Amino acid sequence: MGTAISLTSAVALVGRFPVLAGVDLSIPQGSVTTILGANGAGKTSLLRLLAGLQRLDGGNAMVLACDLSQPGRGFRRRVGLLGHDPGLYEDLTAEENLAFAMRAVRLPATHVGQALARCGIQDRLLKTPVRSLSQGQRRRVGLAKLVARRPELWLLDEPHASLDEATRVLVGELVEEAATAGATVVATSHEPEYSVPMADLVVTMGGGIVTASCRGGRHVS
Amino acid sequence: MFHDARLIASRDLRIELRSKVATWQVVPFALLSLILFAFAIGPNPALLKQTSPGLFWLALLFASVLGTQRSLSVEGDDATREATRLLDLDPAGIFLGKCLALIVEFVLLELVLLAGVLLFFHTHVTAWPLLVASLVLAPIGLSSASVIYGSVTTGLRSSATLLPLLVLPVLAPLLIAGARCFAEATGSTGNSAEWSGVLAVFSGVYLLLGIVLYGPLEES
Repeated sequence: MGTAISLTSAVALVGRFPVLAGVDLSIPQGSVTTILGANGAGKTSLLRLLAGLQRLDGGNAMVLACDLSQPGRGFRRRVGLLGHDPGLYEDLTAEENLAFAMRAVRLPATHVGQALARCGIQDRLLKTPVRSLSQGQRRRVGLAKLVARRPELWLLDEPHASLDEATRVLVGELVEEAATAGATVVATSHEPEYSVPMADLVVTMGGGIVTASCRGGRHVS
Repeated sequence: MFHDARLIASRDLRIELRSKVATWQVVPFALLSLILFAFAIGPNPALLKQTSPGLFWLALLFASVLGTQRSLSVEGDDATREATRLLDLDPAGIFLGKCLALIVEFVLLELVLLAGVLLFFHTHVTAWPLLVASLVLAPIGLSSASVIYGSVTTGLRSSATLLPLLVLPVLAPLLIAGARCFAEATGSTGNSAEWSGVLAVFSGVYLLLGIVLYGPLEES
């Protein structure tokens, strides 16, 4: 199994403030990693760096065999990021949002209905503008976007937050399916009771650095 | 680039067709501006006809600022912008797509304003080819400059008020050239058709600038 993510003394600044102050991290391909830490520990900044949305200001960062100091075009398409807000177009329906994303990354939109159904978005919800969906339903549409796009790297920012029990179970199932299919999953969390059992590796962050790491509860044959 | 441009343009137009913000807010604002100009000038047919070129273009420019702000808001909040950035679309394609959608909206706006001018300002078109050329060329420059300056103000707290301050002075050559073309096409003045050349150059320059600059502007 190769290395999907390799960070050495990675530094990222917002203004002059180091949101990442020298992160050392190695994550194998096809694994699930949970990142724990208090608010302001640098968890979300780390996900944004891994997605190529936050500039690398120091150190080395290789993600999916791509140097993040010069990621080049096409890198971000290999990454899927689901944040607190799934980042959908409010006036488009769930179906249209996914079809737009699929066409943008040059993938056929044939899996859109299947992905939405897998995430429980069916029937009239397919044709409902996103602005009329509940917060939980929006998160499900965001998850469906990842399922349809099948990125090589899944970055989930507190995927269990503000969700009902059924959707939390769904998140766990989707993460397991993605990792089994070979994707690498990195998820931040404030809810270790949900995130640690699904992880191969548990990393704790504080003050913009990795302070501890240990094995998680996921067991792969 | 053209694949992404088509994708963005169809998304923007689909959202506009659904939300109808331009239809119910931008177009009425433009017409209202035109009618208020007419009220301010008074019921003098000769004066109305003489001032109609400038008033047509002023109404179009003011309404275009609203249209541009709506086009920028279609991109959504920070999360939606980041989700779009993750799709790694060609920045030049995004720029062209947004321009294309705005051009469609601005041309429709021009047609509504033209009808208003012909109706309320005692104006008759005598040179349709010149008028059509100017009404086709101007939206290209108008949308290009607006999208460039719109991307500069994106994310700023004062973007709504900053955009008109930045873009309206830049659009002055377009206003002058468009008004001169309109004046000649409606027989108000007898100037040469060289002003349509100014429109073409303005539009070409800003279109090229946008294609080159939009990526760095968005990333910054």
